[in-house]
Amino acid sequence: MTETLLSVQNLNAWFGMHQALKNIQIEFSPQTVTALIGPSGCGKSTFVRCLNRLHEEVPGAYATGKVILQGKNIYESSVDPVLIRRKVGMVFQKPNPFPSLSVFDNVVAGLKLAGIRRKSILMEVAERSLKQAALWEEVKNKLQQPGTSLSGGQQQRLCIARALAVEPPILLMDEPTSALDPISTAKIEELLAELKKTMTVIMVTHNMQQAARISDKTAFFLLGELVEFGQTSTLFTVPKEKKTEQYITGKFG
Amino acid sequence: MRQLKKDVRFADRFFLACVRFLALAVIVLLLGMGFFLWDASGTALKSISFFTFLTTSAWDPVRDVYGALPVVYGTLISSFLSLFIAFPLSVGVALFLNELAPPFLAKVLGFLVEMLAAIPSVVYGLWGVFVLVPWLRTEVQPLLIQKLGFLPMFQGPAYGVGMMAAGCVLSLMVLPTISSVSREVFRAIPENQREAALALGATRWEMMKLALLRSSRSGLFAAFMLGLGRALGETMAVTMVIGNRAQIVSSLLAPAQTMASVIANEYAEATSDVHLSALALVGLLLFGITFVTNAVARLFIWRLK
Repeated sequence: MTETLLSVQNLNAWFGMHQALKNIQIEFSPQTVTALIGPSGCGKSTFVRCLNRLHEEVPGAYATGKVILQGKNIYESSVDPVLIRRKVGMVFQKPNPFPSLSVFDNVVAGLKLAGIRRKSILMEVAERSLKQAALWEEVKNKLQQPGTSLSGGQQQRLCIARALAVEPPILLMDEPTSALDPISTAKIEELLAELKKTMTVIMVTHNMQQAARISDKTAFFLLGELVEFGQTSTLFTVPKEKKTEQYITGKFG
Repeated sequence: MRQLKKDVRFADRFFLACVRFLALAVIVLLLGMGFFLWDASGTALKSISFFTFLTTSAWDPVRDVYGALPVVYGTLISSFLSLFIAFPLSVGVALFLNELAPPFLAKVLGFLVEMLAAIPSVVYGLWGVFVLVPWLRTEVQPLLIQKLGFLPMFQGPAYGVGMMAAGCVLSLMVLPTISSVSREVFRAIPENQREAALALGATRWEMMKLALLRSSRSGLFAAFMLGLGRALGETMAVTMVIGNRAQIVSSLLAPAQTMASVIANEYAEATSDVHLSALALVGLLLFGITFVTNAVARLFIWRLK
């Protein structure tokens, strides 16, 4: 039994009257990649957005239950979501660098928010994060150009570098490769293998081959419920649930 | 069948011709207006050069001496004063309504702000005369003189009417223009920019700075220019509160005069041809300045889209 970094208990999420997540129980261990799969609208994006309390930013949306990060429930009323988001990084489906900031300033945006201003530290972290995101070689001579001047795949790796710069123990990725070409996708998948040495990655994906390739564990969501959660190798070969089997063999979804 | 098709095409062509005519009419009207002002100012330009007109500061209809500098000065200072007050306020209103207010409140307040634009200018003038001017005279200006009297802009007696009153009334009048353009600008920024900032651990205010304000500079500049265009040309309310004295004084407390207000004030009583013509020349100048200001704003808005 490995130790638990993040534990979710009785998590329910709503958009107004519509319940998007029902009673989710799941635990994530350190230094693993977990893939979240399921058909569109099954609640997997909502689920990751509950883990950094971004879900509640949508007007009318709220969540109940417990999400225990390093021993503390992030849904307690005394917790400031801003501080949670510095510990739980996120990469979105569409690359979203800040268009008014340079490549460099994009990477260190999170550090500046945290109050770190020393040029030498910023420079060091920018280089380290860009290297971690396998982007350094491509952008080291254009750090001062706008972040949006890069290609789509580079922009997404820039967003990964931006999330890594604050060294979050957890990185959420919401279909990070679905807007990218196969080469860029391959680069990001390679990167994940490196990243999990130092952090826990929770990644939503529509691509089951991708889930099988990169993840240690897989969770299957359907209609707002967590149907099955287990070792990726087991879930894809001998699924316990009928629904999981139907989904991974392409019978629906 | 063939005949019918032909008729339909004729109707199309006829409609196109009508619309084309109307569109051209707008351009002709605009050019015609400029031409009329230029033509009407001919008499004045015979007795005085445009350069002298623009750079001298004596405006004396009795001696037929016309220098437009004080009214140009008055127009620019009152307009920029109003923008100085209204611009931050409007951007704040836009941020509050778009990003912070609960949807219901945003709807109601947004509607009320837009309604500010529908109030007739003379009503603003009346409010200025009966509420704002006495308040400035008895409360605000004495305090300014006492505390900040060492600054040239807060010296002299507290008249109430004057540059400051005009700037305040104008700021209310340009607020709806600037805030509604700013709201459009912020609305055009994709949601994923806000989420990018929030997910990095930005507070609401930091998110606005990082994701909204930084990337909407040119849009906000366009909003500023549109507000300026409105302030430069505003006539009635300004005429009622500015005190109508064509002079260049550094104090914001003193009466002043704008291009629009000098025309409104003197046109009915102008008896000499030169006087009328000089007013037309002021009109031409104002026409030119507002045209350029609005054109610049539109250019920026087009570039955004």
